[in-house]
Amino acid sequence: MSDASTLPRLLHGADPHGGASLPTHLRHHGLRALDVDGAWLVEEVERAGLRGRGGAAFPTATKLEVVGHGRRRAVVVGNGSEGEPASAKDATLLAQAPHLVLDGLQLAAAATRATDAILAVKSRARDAQAAVATALRERDMAARDRVPVRVVEVPDGYVSGEESALTNLVDRGRAVPTATPPRPFERGVGGRPTLIQNVETLAHVALIARYGADWYRGLGTPNEPGTMLVTLQGAVARPGVREIALGTPLAALVEHGGGDLSRTRGVLVGGYFGTWLDPAAARGATLDAASLRPLGASLGCGAVGVLPDDACPVAETARIVSWLAGESAGQCGPCVFGLAAIAEALASVADGRAARELATASRRSASRARRSVAPPGGGGRRARSEDALARVRRWSGEVAGRGACRHPDGVVRLVASALRTFEADFEDHLRHGPCGACARRPVLPLPAQSSAFEVAA
Amino acid sequence: MSVLAATTSVTWTLTRASGAVSLLLLTATFALGIADVARWRSRTWPRFAVDALHRNLALLSVAFVSLHILTTVLDRFVSIGVVSAVVPFTNGYKALWLGLGAVAFDLFLALIVTSLLRRRIGVRVWRAVHWAAYACWPVALLHALGTGTDASRPWMLALALGCTAVVAGAVLVRLANSGIAGGDDLGGDARPSNPRTGALIR
Amino acid sequence: MSREALHLRVDPIACTAHGLCAELLPECVRLDDWGYPIVDDRPLPPELVAHARRAASVCPTLALKLEARAAAQVPRASRSTRRRTSATQS
Repeated sequence: MSDASTLPRLLHGADPHGGASLPTHLRHHGLRALDVDGAWLVEEVERAGLRGRGGAAFPTATKLEVVGHGRRRAVVVGNGSEGEPASAKDATLLAQAPHLVLDGLQLAAAATRATDAILAVKSRARDAQAAVATALRERDMAARDRVPVRVVEVPDGYVSGEESALTNLVDRGRAVPTATPPRPFERGVGGRPTLIQNVETLAHVALIARYGADWYRGLGTPNEPGTMLVTLQGAVARPGVREIALGTPLAALVEHGGGDLSRTRGVLVGGYFGTWLDPAAARGATLDAASLRPLGASLGCGAVGVLPDDACPVAETARIVSWLAGESAGQCGPCVFGLAAIAEALASVADGRAARELATASRRSASRARRSVAPPGGGGRRARSEDALARVRRWSGEVAGRGACRHPDGVVRLVASALRTFEADFEDHLRHGPCGACARRPVLPLPAQSSAFEVAA
Repeated sequence: MSVLAATTSVTWTLTRASGAVSLLLLTATFALGIADVARWRSRTWPRFAVDALHRNLALLSVAFVSLHILTTVLDRFVSIGVVSAVVPFTNGYKALWLGLGAVAFDLFLALIVTSLLRRRIGVRVWRAVHWAAYACWPVALLHALGTGTDASRPWMLALALGCTAVVAGAVLVRLANSGIAGGDDLGGDARPSNPRTGALIR
Repeated sequence: MSREALHLRVDPIACTAHGLCAELLPECVRLDDWGYPIVDDRPLPPELVAHARRAASVCPTLALKLEARAAAQVPRASRSTRRRTSATQS
């Protein structure tokens, strides 16, 4: 098929109208037979330097190794739940190239000596569901799968795709995270060692099994080899999912999508748990961890949102945080109350209430000063003189790390990066209320708030 | 003869007295238990103090209930064996009312033992058994009124009435509390309500 | 030579903000604006261990736990835990 340097790889030969058939898949990049030697595959994946594509970028070979040496028979789970609303890559990959993912699932099962496989698909991704169903039927007729595959529908919700939430969903029907260790790779589904791998990662495993590690390293950077799927949204003429080589300049991606980095307010990298880059940083950044880490950002699930010139970053951030706060599983006080309070405070900065509060407070303290009266309660950290942004910063520091999952941490990271990148805008809104751009239609998309953590009947 | 009579009346007196004190202590324990779950506190009574007082009064009740049972068993005037103290309705003398005493004692034992072993058995099991407190107290009261030779005496009636009033008040408080987010600790989901629909915990 | 030290940990799902832990162990636990505990993650000094055990046994939902960790070990939720620790050093 492809030589090492051509793109696309994952989406090569994919059917944009959905579900490449098995013969097409075999013609383009499927292995004839899936009975590879597990140990060889793990070594090859290690040589290739593949890291997870679900957001955490954990070395895949390590995971395969650990789960394969558990005391009980392993379970492999392909995670296509894609809770991050800014990302559409998993749904797209499953809809257009389901066989590649399913091959990867079988290969992962072989590498970990697993006896069961599960594919988790977002319940709202209808195209993906249909494509997967068709593909499984084809594979069944061709007797291609050695390990039986069960498809599990994952309800909407940002936290639903979290590892322990997924395990919880399979075992008990509720997609909410659990607090206590052990982690799924030790005791997951049914108490067995469970490999949970993003579907894109599994697709890469399938390609590595066919073409080898050296081929895989033909694109990307030496430290971060290979390709990845990114979802481009916002102020671009051609939004959508693309496959890029790691290390591609962000500017090139935006340009390819019909956007213009010289006319943006900022770029959100890594989805709604990601970080904001100001235009200057965005222009110099390349899409790899080495370039992004010094900017305080990371690739995450590969979602990139471009904010246009005429949008208000304060309003957009407040909106996103409000949505994220509502996505809390509702299990841990600091997350439920802390995020709600942070969201409320940011909303008050965006809509002018914080400015009014500040004006009232300064009038009061000025009048007290004139009358030489001490402030009530003696002041202190929680005195009413704390403005909305100060409250946001304090709460952010207190909320992080105190939930059962990393949901509050992600929100806090987004807030911190917004306050840092758009500091002047936030201060301006705090003092003077909404700006002209606040009223415009929101740019970065948000789905409806999820209301339950079980799949609707 | 007179020694025997004296002995009899000592144990009998002790039985009735420790029975009355037990009722009082159980009432106080119950009320404090409600205060505990309703998260009651004041400037001089922090939560851990209410909690500790509830536990300590419960243990004190163990002492007085045990004294009550022991003196009953030892008493020569009526023959009530040790077995009847724990197994209900096995004694001829006022079988029903005595049996209720045994029932109350069994429930009480369950409450105490599960509470002492709470770390081992986990909160869910402990909580499920603790519901028995709502059965234990009325049964104890019925036992007191049914078997008690003092039941018709004014002081006993006053005591029973007073205790009933306290318990009734406590139960009302408990019912009123069961809607407050985070206030409902017995049974059901003790999760804070979602900010979209609920209130802050204070 | 790795010594074992005791650390406080709160199960955030079990915790329903009763606040007894903060009353009994104010040196290591303070409450946030909503009554939930912010727990000092550092090793417990020996003179506080008995108090910590009492706090853990008194917790109405048994959410507060004492766990032994080897002295050099960093718990899995590393980055955010470190940030939390510095926030509680007030």
